[in-house]
Amino acid sequence: MNLKYIIPILFITLFLTSCSNDDDEALITNEVEGLLQIQEITNSTHTIELFSKSGMFTTGYNTISMRLKDNETDSYIENASLSWMPMMQMPNMQHSCPKSSITKAIGKDTVYKGFIIYQMTNTDGTGWTLNLQYSIDDIDYTASSSIIVNQSDSQNVTSFMGSDQSRYVVALIEPNNPIIGINDLIVGIYKMETMVAFPEVTNYTIALDPRMPGMGNHSSPNNTDLSYNAADHLYHANLSLTMSGYWVLNLKLMNDQDEVLKGEDVTENNDQSSFYLELEF
Amino acid sequence: MKKLITFCISLLFSGFTFAQEKEQATIKDTTKLKEVIVLSRRKLSNHRQQKTLSSIDDYLEKSNKITMIKRGNYAWEPSINNMNSERLNVTIDGMQIFGACTDKMDPITSYVDVSNLEKVSIGSGQAGTENGHCVGGGIDLQLPTSKFHESGLKTSVDLGYETNGNYRTAGLDLEYSGNRFYISTDGVFRKSDNYDAGRHNEVMYSQFQKYNISLQTGYKLSENNTIDANIIYDRATDVGYPALPMDVSLAKALITSISHNYSNDSTFIKSLESKIYLNTITHFMDDSKRPDVPIRMDMPGWSDTYGFYSKATTSFNKHKLALNLNGYYNRSLAEMTMFPNNPNQPDMFMLTWPDVRTLYSGIFAKDAYALSKNETITTSLRLGYQHNKVASDIGLESLKIFYPEINTTKNHFLTSLSSDYTLKKQSYNVSFGIGYGERAPSVSEAYGFFLFNSFDNYDYIGNPNLKQEKAIEFNAKANYNTNTFHIGLETSYFHIMNYIIGDIDATINSMTIGANGVRVYKTLSNATIFDAYLNTSYKFSKSFSVNGTIGYNYGKGSNDKNLPLIKPFSYIAELSYSKKKFNTALQFEGNGNQSQYSNFYGEDETAAYGLLNLNFGNVFYKNKNKFILKYGVENLLDETYSTYANWNNIPRQGRNFYANISMILY
Repeated sequence: MNLKYIIPILFITLFLTSCSNDDDEALITNEVEGLLQIQEITNSTHTIELFSKSGMFTTGYNTISMRLKDNETDSYIENASLSWMPMMQMPNMQHSCPKSSITKAIGKDTVYKGFIIYQMTNTDGTGWTLNLQYSIDDIDYTASSSIIVNQSDSQNVTSFMGSDQSRYVVALIEPNNPIIGINDLIVGIYKMETMVAFPEVTNYTIALDPRMPGMGNHSSPNNTDLSYNAADHLYHANLSLTMSGYWVLNLKLMNDQDEVLKGEDVTENNDQSSFYLELEF
Repeated sequence: MKKLITFCISLLFSGFTFAQEKEQATIKDTTKLKEVIVLSRRKLSNHRQQKTLSSIDDYLEKSNKITMIKRGNYAWEPSINNMNSERLNVTIDGMQIFGACTDKMDPITSYVDVSNLEKVSIGSGQAGTENGHCVGGGIDLQLPTSKFHESGLKTSVDLGYETNGNYRTAGLDLEYSGNRFYISTDGVFRKSDNYDAGRHNEVMYSQFQKYNISLQTGYKLSENNTIDANIIYDRATDVGYPALPMDVSLAKALITSISHNYSNDSTFIKSLESKIYLNTITHFMDDSKRPDVPIRMDMPGWSDTYGFYSKATTSFNKHKLALNLNGYYNRSLAEMTMFPNNPNQPDMFMLTWPDVRTLYSGIFAKDAYALSKNETITTSLRLGYQHNKVASDIGLESLKIFYPEINTTKNHFLTSLSSDYTLKKQSYNVSFGIGYGERAPSVSEAYGFFLFNSFDNYDYIGNPNLKQEKAIEFNAKANYNTNTFHIGLETSYFHIMNYIIGDIDATINSMTIGANGVRVYKTLSNATIFDAYLNTSYKFSKSFSVNGTIGYNYGKGSNDKNLPLIKPFSYIAELSYSKKKFNTALQFEGNGNQSQYSNFYGEDETAAYGLLNLNFGNVFYKNKNKFILKYGVENLLDETYSTYANWNNIPRQGRNFYANISMILY
């Protein structure tokens, strides 16, 4: 065969090979792509793999993805129902924290999803234990392990006693990546009914006043107060940030009768509300 | 838009080809349009020029129509008819160029030096629209024209010293001119320490230092065609602004152009000048020299402009027609980074000019029609299309805080129209004019984000929804001359609709520490500006004369508040003696009490002042060389004073002795 035929044929083959390679790779989908593993919790039958974007637990709101692996077959279980109970060991008592139920991640076969809001941690990150209960084909299992929860750099969660003598936990959920501009602010509010029950609080409002303490404590325009959204059980507001840097979101919690439960207005004499969250970017 | 530009560019090149086809030897063209005001360098007889080495700012200051707004001792901002930056169209030889400072610390006039220029042409009101749209007027800083003098090499050296501020100046100018080729290059260096106000009160942060170098060269392709190239590099460092909370560590500009000139008296097109240009400005505002600030910050800004123009002139029957087709593209970006006193907090950042791109193309036509030997009617028209775009997403999101519905782009169609009648007789002349003009909002007015104005102590927010500002203008001029006596009256009246000015928005919290609040650019339904100047002069003898000018200005908005920066009653009187080789003048100048000040826009009443200046000039010749010596004293009585145009009432210079020497060596 003439050389001038060989070269095009060579090229075509090369192209085809590379194309088919791509196709093969695309078939294998990694359902936890883009996530980092936090840790594994193992019992005699199963291994529970915990994932998040950052690969660690931190105080505040944590979105957690998990997979359940059969230790014998190394296959991922797709029909389990799971629940969890994080517990903090204090010197003379134990308590839990706000958390969601665990559901199958949308569009995924092996991944389950939920969130936990750690309201505190010890300085070395210890103290928390994550207890998991799950059932597969009507057989119940448990797994448990101590976990490390790192302290966040800024205050993205706060817990306090309201003037109604109830304890509340309030956590910042969005924005994760704030922009200079108007951000969708999402906050979760939970009432500490018992040491282990933290139900969502409905129909309260939170007055919002973002400030920059590093620059004369100036505010920003066109913010809205946080109001309850029945669809996702969270509180939403417009948060405008006029520049990047360190912001304090001064808050004032009001119940459905508009009675102030926690927080004060920022005035000439009062730089900061006792109820606030922080944001840095 | 793109089509329009393609059209413009193709027209430009068709001009080139057209020009090159007709190469006929003819008489030299001597007819040139007359400048409204011509100030040229090294004209000893020109009483407006007391120092050969004075800056552009000093030059402009001496013009009747112009007042310089001073934030320090450098980079003064020109104002014509009591209107400044946004309302003026300032160009360098027809080239659009825009300052890169959000706080107007770098007017265009600060990026050129006298050595770069041949003359400054100033047009009041709609007479200033040859290169772009304006309301108040236009200033064109004109570069030297081609000089194929065959004069060989010419060197000139300038040295200057002023006692107040220990101000040192040096300039060197080299010029070679042949019959087909010329090249000239010059450099100027200026350095001043803090100046003293009256009674030796040092004004802190009033120092500056700058140098400017330029190169111009040209080649004569044929009898009618020349090609010129010009490059100017201007760099100011360590510039203090005593009236402002920040200084400038660097202000630099690179201004370049290539032009083609065609002139021929025997063809229909008498002259055709086409130019392409680009200029780039970098401006760093900082506060590192200030010992005590609430927060440290850096505020850099950048402005790049690319453009072209093509100007043609022709005359037929009794018409003299000038056409100008121009277009430019500008990019303006400015940002602010604040460094918190608590080092654990991250730096704070914002875009103060959100990378605004402006694309303009327009056409200008002017016709001077001679009704009779003594009467002329001049009509001019400029039509333009301006397209603005916010190119930065961060900037756009920032502005959405105030304007959730903001579009990334905005278009303006702009019209300017003016007409005037002039009657010239031997002993008198009169002229009346009427004009209508529009301007688009400036980058700051439309897109500025928390721009602190130390004048009224408010943060300013731009408004992308602003309408065009429109002005109707009337002007009149009358002069009467005898051999020894001259009297002239010049007056302008502006009725400005949609007058753009900041309005307090009490709902917004200021960003700057210590600011009074926030103002958002809004439009007043209208504003009125009026000015009148009476000039008179009398010659006692051939060499001994006296002249004087008084001025009255008025400005009010439809909100019944006085407009800011309106000149109070002003006067200047001068007694001068002038011989061929010697001249001297005693000047008395001053302003009345600023009774019509604008409290609402941050002004207080500036007291009246009066100054005495004395200047001398000598010319010597030695061999073929020429020496010009200028010396004198300004503010002879060492008054402590401030003018209405001094930002935050910073005091002006006290007594100042100066001397300049120019040597022109052949």
